[in-house]
Formats: sequence, C-alpha cells, structure tokens
Amino acid sequence: MNTLRTTATALKALRRNPMRALLTTLGIVIGVGAVIAMMEIGSGSSAALQDAISSMGANVLMIQPGTASSGGISFGAGSVTTLTPGDAEALAKQCPALRGVAPEVRARTQVVYGNRNWVPSWMTGTTPVYLEVANWSMAEGDFFTERDVLAANKVCVLGQTVVRELFQGESPIGKEIRVKNVSFRVVGMLASKGANMMGMDQDDILLAPWTTLKYRVTGSTLTTANQSAAASTASGADTSGAINTLSKIYPGQASLYPERSAAQLANNPMPVRFENIDRMMAAAKDAASVPAAIDQITSVLRERHRIRPGDPADFNIRDMTEMTKTLASTSNLMTNLLLSVAMISLLVGGVGIMNIMLVSVTERTREIGLRMAVGARGRDILRQFLVEAVLLCLLGGAMGIIFGHGGSKLVQAVLGWPVATSPGAIAASVLVAASVGIVFGFYPAWRASRLDPIDALRYE
Amino acid sequence: MALIELIEVRKSYRLGELVVPVLKGVSLQVEQGELVSLMGASGSGKSTLMNILGCLDRPTSGQYWLDGREISQLSADQRAMLRNSKLGFVFQNFNLLPRTSALDNVAMPLSYGEANLSESEARQRAQEMLALVGLQDRVHHEPNQLSGGQQQRVAIARSLVNRPQVLLADEPTGNLDSKTSEDILSLFQKLNQEGGITIILVTHDPMVARHGRRTIHIHDGLVVEGAYAAEGDAARREPSPEATL
Repeated sequence: MNTLRTTATALKALRRNPMRALLTTLGIVIGVGAVIAMMEIGSGSSAALQDAISSMGANVLMIQPGTASSGGISFGAGSVTTLTPGDAEALAKQCPALRGVAPEVRARTQVVYGNRNWVPSWMTGTTPVYLEVANWSMAEGDFFTERDVLAANKVCVLGQTVVRELFQGESPIGKEIRVKNVSFRVVGMLASKGANMMGMDQDDILLAPWTTLKYRVTGSTLTTANQSAAASTASGADTSGAINTLSKIYPGQASLYPERSAAQLANNPMPVRFENIDRMMAAAKDAASVPAAIDQITSVLRERHRIRPGDPADFNIRDMTEMTKTLASTSNLMTNLLLSVAMISLLVGGVGIMNIMLVSVTERTREIGLRMAVGARGRDILRQFLVEAVLLCLLGGAMGIIFGHGGSKLVQAVLGWPVATSPGAIAASVLVAASVGIVFGFYPAWRASRLDPIDALRYE
Repeated sequence: MALIELIEVRKSYRLGELVVPVLKGVSLQVEQGELVSLMGASGSGKSTLMNILGCLDRPTSGQYWLDGREISQLSADQRAMLRNSKLGFVFQNFNLLPRTSALDNVAMPLSYGEANLSESEARQRAQEMLALVGLQDRVHHEPNQLSGGQQQRVAIARSLVNRPQVLLADEPTGNLDSKTSEDILSLFQKLNQEGGITIILVTHDPMVARHGRRTIHIHDGLVVEGAYAAEGDAARREPSPEATL
C-alpha cells in the first residue's frame, strides 16, 4: 500500500468525523499557535529589550588617546593628545558600521547660578551628535547646534541633577550660569537618565560645544582638566585670567603656552595639537556590529595618524563587552523560557491526540477487523493510523501557524507590542507537530495493528 | 484435486487450565465451482470452521490445502496476502465503512493487494463490480442511504473486487427480510453459475442452506453428514431445481 493511497485513506477516514478531527487538533492548534505567537512576540520583545539595553550604552565605543611613555615609564591612558575633532568627522564619514561619533572635551569645575554653586561630575564639550550617540533625549528646550560649535557660543545644556541643585524647581531655560567666570546661557535640559552601570549619576552633567569648553573654559588637556578647578582657586585670578579671558571671542588667537626659545623647541619638540580632544564616543549601528565598528575605526585612525603596520597604535578603543554579554544572555534566557512553555503546550496537545486516537481505534475496531479480513497486514493498519495522527498534527500545526501569526499581529495592532515574524519558529513548529503525531500516534496505531481480526470483526 | 481440502482439522481453545476442543477432526473437500452450504446449530463449531477456512485463524492440528497449497502454518502476514488474493468475505452485518461511498467501500481491498492498481483502475474495477451486483446507479451512495439488501450487495461487490476463487458468506441473509434474502441468495447462485466462483454459505437456516447444491452439516465439532466429492460433482453438473430459483 503506497504512501499516497494511505494518505488518501487517512484523509477519508478523518473526513468521516470532521468535528472530532477539528476538536482533536485543537490541542495542537493551541500549542503551535502559542509557540508561533510567543516566538513572534518574544523575538519582538527581545529586539525591543536589545534596543533598551543598547540605549544603556552596549553599542557605545570609547576611543581614547594612547599612552605616552618615556624611558619605560608609562603615563597612563590619555597622556598623549592624539585625537582631533577631524578624526571624529572622518570616522563619522568613513565607518559604515557607526551611527555617529561625538568628540568629547572634559572639564571639572564649579558652576554658579545666583547664590548657589555646584560641581557637576561631568562637564563635557561635544557636538550636537552627542545626543544621538548617547541615546539621550531632551526634557525641555533644545540642544545646542552645529553653529554654536563653530562659533564657540557660550550656551549649555544641563542634566536634571545640575538643574535641581542650581535652580531648585525653577525652569533653567534661558538663564545665565557662570562656569569658571564664563557666562553660559542654558538652552535645554536633558531627560533623566539615572545612574550608569558603575552607579554614577549620569544626570549630573553639563554639556556645551567642545570649542566653548576647550577654548573659553579649560584650555587644557584631560591631564590637567581635573586640576583646573583646584589650580584656579589656588592661584586665584592670576591663572584663570591668563587662560580664560572673558573677552576672548575666537580660539587660537592668544597663545596658551609660554613662548619657548628656538633652542627649547629644537630640544623638546612637544607633540601638542591645539585642536586635540580628550576622547571620542562612537555608537555602532547595533550591538552586533560593534566588532566591525572597532575594525573600521582602527583602520581609519591608523591611516589618519600615519601609523605604520606593526607599530603600536596611538589610541585605544574600549567597548562594553560586559554589557554585550549580558544582552546576549538575557535574550537567550527569554527565548529558552518561551520555548519551554511552548513545548509544554505541545506536549499537552500530543496527549490529546493520543487520547482521541485511542478512542478512535476502539471505535473503529470492526473497521480494523474488516480491513484485516480483506487482506490488510498489521503494518498496513499501523501505517494508516500513524498517518492519520501525523495528518491531524500537521493540520493542527498549519492552523496553529495561521492563528499564532494572526494572534501576534492582533497583539501588535491592539496593544502595540513589538512583533517580529520568525520563519525559524514556523519551520520548527511544523517539525515538532509532525514528531508529536508520530510519537503520540504510535501507541494507538500499534494497538490497532495488534488486534485479532476475528475478535475485531465481532466487536460490538 | 479439490480446491479446498481439510484433513483431520482440530481446533481447541484454552480457557485457563481447561482446554476446550471445538473442532474434533474435520475433514472435507470443496471442489472448484461448488456452492456449498455449511450448516450447524450455534455452538457447533461452524464459526470456528469458517474462520479457519477464511484463513483468519490457524488450526491447532491438521492440514488445510487451498488451491494446492498447505496453508495451515502460514504467518499472519502471509495469511493476510492469501485472504486478499484468494478469498472474499461477506458478513451478516455487512461491515461497510460508514460515511464512505459504495465505490470507496468496494475499492477498499484493492489498496492492500499486490496488484497495485492505479486510482483510476481501482475505481474502474469497483464500478464493474457494483454493476455486477446491480448497483451501478448507487455508486456514490453512502451505506446509510442504502437499504439492507443494497448494503449486502455492496459487501458482495467488495468481496469480489480482488477476483477471489472462494467466497465465504457468513450468515449473509441473517439481517435481511425473506424477500431480500431470496434476492441475495439468487445473486450468489448467479455468481456461482456465471462466474464459476466457489461459494461457501455458512448458515443455521435450512431454507438458506437449500440454496446450496450440497450441504455440509457440522455437529459438535464434527462433520456428521456430508456429501463427498462425487455427489458434489453430480450436483454441479445437474443444477437442482432450487438452484435455479
């Protein structure tokens, strides 16, 4: 008896009792439907979760200047000043795996408003792209613009903690604050972001155009930034007056360093770039493209810095490996959890199939006897019932896929949950449905094939 | 050589410790083309004999020659093949598949055969058989749309579809009224005469048994009064008046 005819026979047998066939498959329909719906909603949620974790900075890369060392003594990360705003622009243009690159100039000094003062944990000079790179948004007002950066305008954006400390409930927009005697207009307030992974308050921040911060406030590199506040208070108006004159309109006009003699220059050529930045923050397109982004950044920067192959780079790149790992394990955990729940419902569906198939074998005992009397062998009967069970399961699987997919679309439409179609889940559930049919259909089919035709024919 | 020959066939069942003999040494012969009635009261062992003749059961001892082959010790699968190719069954309660058309019912045994007919050939054959029993216009009716007599005709068509040599009818008229019974029995006679099919009619009703040309009586597990091959031959050559009814 060939497979095609067995299938046709099984279909005819199922059609004799369509209502029961439908109810029997209900278990599988629900099981497969649940798998599909859960996988689709789950992978949608997982993608949303990945986005959320990405916004915490999993796809953010920190590019820092390399280490200066002299006579075997290293001066630590950032002790040479090799990165320029030009590097940031070049990276943004030439690295397809990057979403954006923001240069950072850092300072730490006192901010004054009225009779209150505060020292923000972060005082960062950057460009407008920072907002996107850091995955941040505005609570009030606007971010400063590219024009502000070019003109080194004295504008700034404050984090919530700074606003709370300085303004105490007042709106900061349009107010003037003083940063080391330079007056800044507050143009915007950042949304709250809370603590970062190290437990540091990320809202304790002041953002300004990097040109403004560098040339009007600090005029220094990272190595001196932390001492700048202390230095200015220690040496009084003398130092601050030398470097930060309120009247300075555009950078680069005043000499920032004492004049050196020709002999001094020849003896000690200082690797100083006036347009250096402390570090760059780059955001990869997503967490998965971080390795590609690192490669691209490395090749672009090595070329720009004219580093020969084999020579050590004068910068280093750090990614959030720990976060990426957390991300991967979180989504794995979710997928496995959903899968195990779905497997349970399929198991229940399979037991339902077995139950009904057993009933069906009992009910059709006479039919089995008759088929045996006209020449069906045990294995023909076994195959027929097995094919019936598998057909039921596949039928249920097909309906389950339709219902599950429809259900997840409905959830997307009504609740607005993110949903992602998953062809893998569809293929897997068809496979699982067929295996459920074989596994749970086997026992009833085997019982049917073992019937004695004489008893089966007499069965009432 | 006889088409069917039983030699000293015994069958006993085991009920716990007790061994119950049902057939106590049955010997009989049926020639090709005979129409034989097998009569006996209930409990006489005629059903057991019928099962052995139909290859549904194996004798405990003795020999069963069917078409020149000793088949009493065949395996279940071999017997299934034999039933498919050489034997046809007609039951008292028709045993048609419910909610299945007459055509599909008749074509059903073909799917287990070695012939491996194509779907259209199988339908063709089934249609021929239905025409043979006079149901060519009921091909797509389901059993519950047919009368008892028509259902039994479908069952007969089904038993003939594999072109068997022997038709075993177990109380074929037991569920039918007398008028329909006559129709069915004359159909058997027609098939026997025109098709040359050997038919064994199992019954407890003497009126039915009369339609056979020879009657084998079973009593208490033994053939008590039977005809032998010579008488059977005579009966076949000169049809009895009843047979022409």
